[in-house]
Amino acid sequence: MNRRGFLKLSIKGAAGIAFAKGLDEIFRPRQGLAAVKPVRWGFLVDTYKCIGCGFCVRACKLENEIPYEANVSRTWVERYVITKDGRVFADAPKEARNGFTTNRVDLGMGRYQDIKGEYIDKAFFVPKLCNQCDKPPCVQVCPVGATYQTADGVVLVDRKWCIGCGYCIMACPYGMRFFHPVHQVAEKCNFCYHRITKGMKPACVQACPTGARKIGNIKDAQDPVANIIMTQRVSIHKPEYGTNPQVYFIGLSEEVR
Amino acid sequence: MHVLRPLYVVLGLVAIILAARPLIVPKDFGIYERGYMFGWYRKANEEDWKNFKVKYQGRDYCQDCHGEQFQLLRTSAHTIIECENCHGPALDHPSDPQKLLIDRGRELCLRCHTALPYPTSKRAEIKGIDADAHNPGLECSGCHDPHRASKPT
Repeated sequence: MNRRGFLKLSIKGAAGIAFAKGLDEIFRPRQGLAAVKPVRWGFLVDTYKCIGCGFCVRACKLENEIPYEANVSRTWVERYVITKDGRVFADAPKEARNGFTTNRVDLGMGRYQDIKGEYIDKAFFVPKLCNQCDKPPCVQVCPVGATYQTADGVVLVDRKWCIGCGYCIMACPYGMRFFHPVHQVAEKCNFCYHRITKGMKPACVQACPTGARKIGNIKDAQDPVANIIMTQRVSIHKPEYGTNPQVYFIGLSEEVR
Repeated sequence: MHVLRPLYVVLGLVAIILAARPLIVPKDFGIYERGYMFGWYRKANEEDWKNFKVKYQGRDYCQDCHGEQFQLLRTSAHTIIECENCHGPALDHPSDPQKLLIDRGRELCLRCHTALPYPTSKRAEIKGIDADAHNPGLECSGCHDPHRASKPT
């Protein structure tokens, strides 16, 4: 290589490096990658705020086309009444789709118990919905791959693929799944996947007047709901099952199952 | 070699299954982000769920046309209640349905305003009535304006 050739090659090389650097400055591929933030939906229920109006259940059933008069629901509200002599009463009449409009607790089998205020030690409402477990046992048992977990952690049911065997309904430790009376397949809460993926809130969260139900992205440290879950005292249902629920509760009592 | 005949039958069945499998199983059925244990499914179903019809549109949807009632509600204690909780899901209103069915029943108000003496719940802080004693059979909205959350005038 002579002197002229060496200089030419050096200039070409320098120009090439500058060009590549310029492209990187303009398009910033690394920034583009960082813009795709990881999403993991988490739910927060504040049982102190719940007033048992049942608007969440009503909104859920209408939004997700669950037959209103059928006694099945993706979400429901439980009432717990603990009397001064230590007895625990719990009920959820008609999944609380019409709210709690009487102080008579439904004992089942057509029996009711009227409990006056002076006998009550504590009484509260607990809204329940699918925990969207990080390790969902309902998904593990599906023999046909009809139920699955998406990348953002929501467990969905493929209505075309489900054969209706009911294994998943038995496998859920929380009893969240049921058989859809119209579609004849397994059915469950999916955090209103059609709404959260459009930037809307789930129907139950929107309908709640007191803010007892909240949803957020727990992978985002700036998210207010994620912040509460990370920094405050929250609990989950049945941690002994190792399912890692992603629905967190404020003010759970030991009576709540 | 008659002992090998069952083997040929089995091999034939395996060949038929392998040949039929691509025709029956959708192309997008496979293992995705959550691995074989939790993420073995038909990918197109995610889109099916995303395309599910939204029915509850939220109060911002009502605000543009019904601004007067919206402003009235904003100044009352009932501002925490979504319009659609009483007026029903908006769907594609005003085109479909053209009119929403308003729930004026006592039962709707009693969801919150039945007096329940529950000390560790926010319910106890809400003004409540005994539905059997307080004007039974009458519509609440006959005396109370739900948009103002007011006492009878």
